[in-house]
Amino acid sequence: MIQRFLWRGLDTRLRLFIGLVLLVGIVPPLLNLLLPPSSPLYVPAYVLQLVGKYLCYASLALAVDLVWGYCGILSLGHAAFFALGGYCMGMYLMRQIGSRGVYGNPILPDFMVFLNYKELPWFWHGFNHFWFAAPMIVIVPSVLALALGWFAFRSRVTGVYLSIITQAMTFALMLAFFRNDMGLGGNNGMTDFKDILGFPVQADGTRATLYFASALVLALFLVIAGAVVGSRFGKALMAVRDAESRMRFLGYRVEGYKLFVFVLSAAMAGIAGALYVPQVGIINPSEFSPGNSIEAVLWVAVGGRGTLIGPVIGAFLVNFAKTYLTGALPEIWLFALGALFVAVTLFLPRGIVGLWGQYKARQERTKRTATA
Amino acid sequence: MNASAHTARSTSALLYLSGVTVSFDGFRALNNLSLLVEPGEMRAIIGPNGAGKTTMMDVITGKTRPDEGEVVFDGQADLTKLDEAEIATLGIGRKFQKPTVFESHTVRDNLLLALAGPRSWYRLLAATPTKAENDRLDEILTVIRMGAQQHMLAARLSHGQKQWLEIGMLLAQDPKLLLVDEPVAGMTDVETETTAAVLREINKSHSVVVVEHDMSFVRALGVKVTVLHEGSMLAEGSLDQVSADPRVVEVYLGR
Ligand SMILES: Nc1ncnc2c1ncn2[C@@H]1O[C@H](COP(=O)(O)OP(=O)(O)OP(=O)(O)O)[C@@H](O)[C@H]1O
Ligand SMILES: [Mg+2]
Repeated sequence: MIQRFLWRGLDTRLRLFIGLVLLVGIVPPLLNLLLPPSSPLYVPAYVLQLVGKYLCYASLALAVDLVWGYCGILSLGHAAFFALGGYCMGMYLMRQIGSRGVYGNPILPDFMVFLNYKELPWFWHGFNHFWFAAPMIVIVPSVLALALGWFAFRSRVTGVYLSIITQAMTFALMLAFFRNDMGLGGNNGMTDFKDILGFPVQADGTRATLYFASALVLALFLVIAGAVVGSRFGKALMAVRDAESRMRFLGYRVEGYKLFVFVLSAAMAGIAGALYVPQVGIINPSEFSPGNSIEAVLWVAVGGRGTLIGPVIGAFLVNFAKTYLTGALPEIWLFALGALFVAVTLFLPRGIVGLWGQYKARQERTKRTATA
Repeated sequence: MNASAHTARSTSALLYLSGVTVSFDGFRALNNLSLLVEPGEMRAIIGPNGAGKTTMMDVITGKTRPDEGEVVFDGQADLTKLDEAEIATLGIGRKFQKPTVFESHTVRDNLLLALAGPRSWYRLLAATPTKAENDRLDEILTVIRMGAQQHMLAARLSHGQKQWLEIGMLLAQDPKLLLVDEPVAGMTDVETETTAAVLREINKSHSVVVVEHDMSFVRALGVKVTVLHEGSMLAEGSLDQVSADPRVVEVYLGR
């Protein structure tokens, strides 16, 4: 039943793309592990780390697209869900350090010893177990999305106002997480991780596995998103995006639809964040910064909103450009980002994937005029 | 107040409006409006621009809350207490003045979304159209004469085709009462005639309230007419009766 539901959403193009994602997930880690560094095909660890990061960003982009592209909810706060998932993972990783920290305290992480904590805050309990941390990665962002969405959608907050609320949410969280007395590492955040599930995070094998897991999760998200938007639910969802009040007059409870995708999307963002943290080795409050959420929206806009492939392509291209430009011409990046935003809004309303559609449409038109 | 509510509940009227008043910033779009629609009836509502015809539909469908007055459906449901989705579920369907179809869906999917049936998000996640549903869609496509365009995106339809698709969506919804706001605006004469025929066909099994400016269309419907003016009912009767009424003539000519 569930299997049928999942496969139904996949057209050939999406299947091929998911295959490609899996290929990107399998081949580079194997080349990294099996080949000697001298080989021309060897993939160095830093490339794995970089692309692994992009894979997590792509999952985040897909989550943003699900609410924005398919339901018209322009969330400018999705980085908050990503960061919350990341913090849950960070808390687990901190507890795994145990007495190997600088202060050697078996229970308290270093920053707590430094800040004179006498005992572990209540919300840290359980995070030493992966079986506890793993569901939290999904639950914490989902509950926040559920609460926010419940109030916003029921009071029919839409459009710009909703975007502002989500932006305010991530900003408020950033300020809160910057505080030392939150018990979450303050402005330094959490870092110096040692083990994950008993394996050293820095080891080649662990890195390769985390990278592969990121690709696998992205592929899984594509399957889930494909099934959701391909179902009758998905048709209703897009109808809500196009003409919300019309759907109400047809008897649909629009809030339920919005709430479901919003929560699903927040959960996806949380999982992406949790995979991101062990690969970059740090989580700090700057992950909540409003600019991060806006960047995620830009990835979707560049790739093509309302398509499943677009956000993935957008996340890769924009982040590749960012990595390159911040290295080569650091002072240019912000201007390039701004210019990209303007250019996409003006010239590519349907993104790169939309460009392909336009090209096909033009071809068809010329063919038709040729035969006519 | 209570006594009149009681009479409302005991009448056989399908739709009962009594003393309905709606103000926008002090301006009375509806002013003490009363209206009765019997089960099975088709009623035409006419009136100059700004008379309050669309506002009346907004009140019936829960989009606008009246400041005063009663709106009772089917002898029991107080529509002023329900929201849009609840009212739609009770069996009131609406076609908007400005055609609103789901542009990024095909004609068939538009009808599928309107089709009476599951509405909740959790049921639609797993639902696939049944044989009965597909048959019903084919039937409706025949009635609105759009079988050939069923796989076309609604965005690519002409204005008149969108109007028909909306009527088809109403049919798919299978409500007890259809509210149709200016169905022939922007249609050619032939399309207008067809629309009148389609509405008469629909009226065989549904009650209809139709708002229209086009007098030849109203004449083709051949039903009782209510004239609205400045938010109140000015006259009621056959088209010939109301057009002979000097107050109605003045309202239409005095502008
Ligand atoms: N939301 C609103 N806010 C303020 N004024 C409104 C609102 N809706 C309607 N009105 C005003 O109420 C009056 C009645 O409008 P309504 O749309 O009901 O007229 P109508 O009879 O449908 O006219 P038309 O034939 O042009 O469609 C108009 O003067 C209109 O400007
Ligand atoms: Mg009107």
